[in-house]
Amino acid sequence: VGGTPNPLPVPNPGPTAQAPGAHSGPEPGPDPLRERPNPTGPLFGKEDVFAALPENSAVKALAPLAIDAKWDRQELTITVAKDSIVAACEASNSAGFTFFEDLTAVDWYPQEPRIQLSYHLLSMSLKQRVRVTVRLDSADLSISTITPVWPAANFYEREVFDLFGVNFLGHPRLTRIMMPDNWDGHPLRKDYPVEGYR
Amino acid sequence: MAPVAAPDMIIPGIEDVVADSQRRDTSPTGQHPMVLNMGPQHPSTHGVLRLVLEIDGEAIVSLAPDIGYLHTGIEKTCEAKFYQQVVPLTDRIDYLCPMTNNLAYCLAVEKLLALEIPERAQVLRVLLNELTRIQSHLVWLGTHAMDIGALTVFLYCFREREELLRIFEAVSGQRMMTSYFRIGGVSLEPPLGFADAVQKFLNSFPEKIDQYENLLTGNPIWIGRIKNVGFLSAEDAIALGVTGPPARASGIDWDLRRDMPYSGYENYEFNVPVSTDGDVWARYIVRVQEMRESVKICQQALDRYLSFPTSARLVADAPKIILPNREQMKTQMESLIHHFKIVTEGFAVPAGEVYLAVESPRGEMGYYVVSDGTAKPYRVHMRNPSFATLQALEKMCKGRLLADVVAVIGSIDIVLGEIDR
Repeated sequence: VGGTPNPLPVPNPGPTAQAPGAHSGPEPGPDPLRERPNPTGPLFGKEDVFAALPENSAVKALAPLAIDAKWDRQELTITVAKDSIVAACEASNSAGFTFFEDLTAVDWYPQEPRIQLSYHLLSMSLKQRVRVTVRLDSADLSISTITPVWPAANFYEREVFDLFGVNFLGHPRLTRIMMPDNWDGHPLRKDYPVEGYR
Repeated sequence: MAPVAAPDMIIPGIEDVVADSQRRDTSPTGQHPMVLNMGPQHPSTHGVLRLVLEIDGEAIVSLAPDIGYLHTGIEKTCEAKFYQQVVPLTDRIDYLCPMTNNLAYCLAVEKLLALEIPERAQVLRVLLNELTRIQSHLVWLGTHAMDIGALTVFLYCFREREELLRIFEAVSGQRMMTSYFRIGGVSLEPPLGFADAVQKFLNSFPEKIDQYENLLTGNPIWIGRIKNVGFLSAEDAIALGVTGPPARASGIDWDLRRDMPYSGYENYEFNVPVSTDGDVWARYIVRVQEMRESVKICQQALDRYLSFPTSARLVADAPKIILPNREQMKTQMESLIHHFKIVTEGFAVPAGEVYLAVESPRGEMGYYVVSDGTAKPYRVHMRNPSFATLQALEKMCKGRLLADVVAVIGSIDIVLGEIDR
């Protein structure tokens, strides 16, 4: 017993997925994605994703800014450069993704670029989500704030600053939100010690 | 066209509130403004929320919430656990709707695993989820009314809540921290008498809602305290990330159960109550209506649940992910091996990231789970509705009286456990 990990189940395309190119009949709801079925399997790289989803509003809005894209488990991820995050948020906002849902970070230590920021944006009219990601090098963990586009990002940016140490330039007041003000270090980083004395 | 935040849309920090009050020599009324500390142990804050208020007489000039008193590092803890061990942690985030948290996390991991859940389990999940919503709204109504001075309602609400907690205890063995849902289904077959107890509750509950409404809806003191108080416009609600009943009370017709259905919610008939008033009163009406709608969903789910044979599965057919039952484990070698492997080394989840959101009693509860292909989550992040809604508190209270802050906090129904995590 032990040794090899469990074999993984074969990914299931899910109830909404259909073969690419097939036409689904008229379906209720204003979702324009329904007119052309979503691709089933995962797609990596912006050329493949944009070719498979030409009518997606987020793809149309973010294509000029994207440096990478991913379609995995029926979720669209678009990676943009660090300098274009505000432009990407404004473009998404104009394209109907008017609701800022979530911002968080993932620490890929010891890989570089180390910190991945994931912005989740929602379009209530299209009933779609898009995940906009940015990768930050550990040499310069700073990025422009998006609070001028969505004031809702205020607490989220403070949380990422507190727990990951990312500096949001132009944030109205970037202070710790979860940890005490005099705390050392950023607890959600992967190199933060989880037990014992430091 | 991107809306640009007006200057007053910037949510002040505590330091801003204090600095502003010192900068102002005199207030518009000629008095010196005063900085008042409220909390962290204030009974109306439903947890440990500290507010720093700048007041001019009794009017709120500005306000800043100070959170983090309940921060326990749950997101960090998740990274050291197997996927199945995270389920009990999710209860502790929002202790008023444990089942909703269990559901959101399990759905996210099931999406990563591409697991199909049997329909009977999905129906049971919906049923328990809606009972949880009623239970959470009962705590909200009782404490909200008590904050404003109507103590009777609290006792009435907790009477019915007790019935629900007994049902949860019968199902899962726990009153509050249920941990009943599992990745791949639910943990146990519900006991005998479960359906009868739920049916009894559903028969009597609409009448109980009438009792609460009799006590409050026409009550002139209640109306005076909450009508036209704590206004939030639809634009501000979207800009500040407000979801759930507070957003629907501001006229945003958005409910994830209806608009982005999960767990088969598209098969149930229910209405989404919406109001355009945007005040505390509207939030009260929306939540009371939601309880009535939840009863409707529960009835449909219970009927559907009873239409399945009791032999129908409650867990997915995935022996390498779901623990075998004890009988199999003790009689079959394969099951014993699976049990041993799941308990000692967990199960590997294919690499990837998912964001899955469900409609909790407080709004959009989203789980962002990142897997690196091992048996432990690489990162779990919870998008909690209260965290975003708290940002709108300043907007709702500004210019109002100090006593209205208590009414507004009650109306947004925050749970500090999920804000701080």
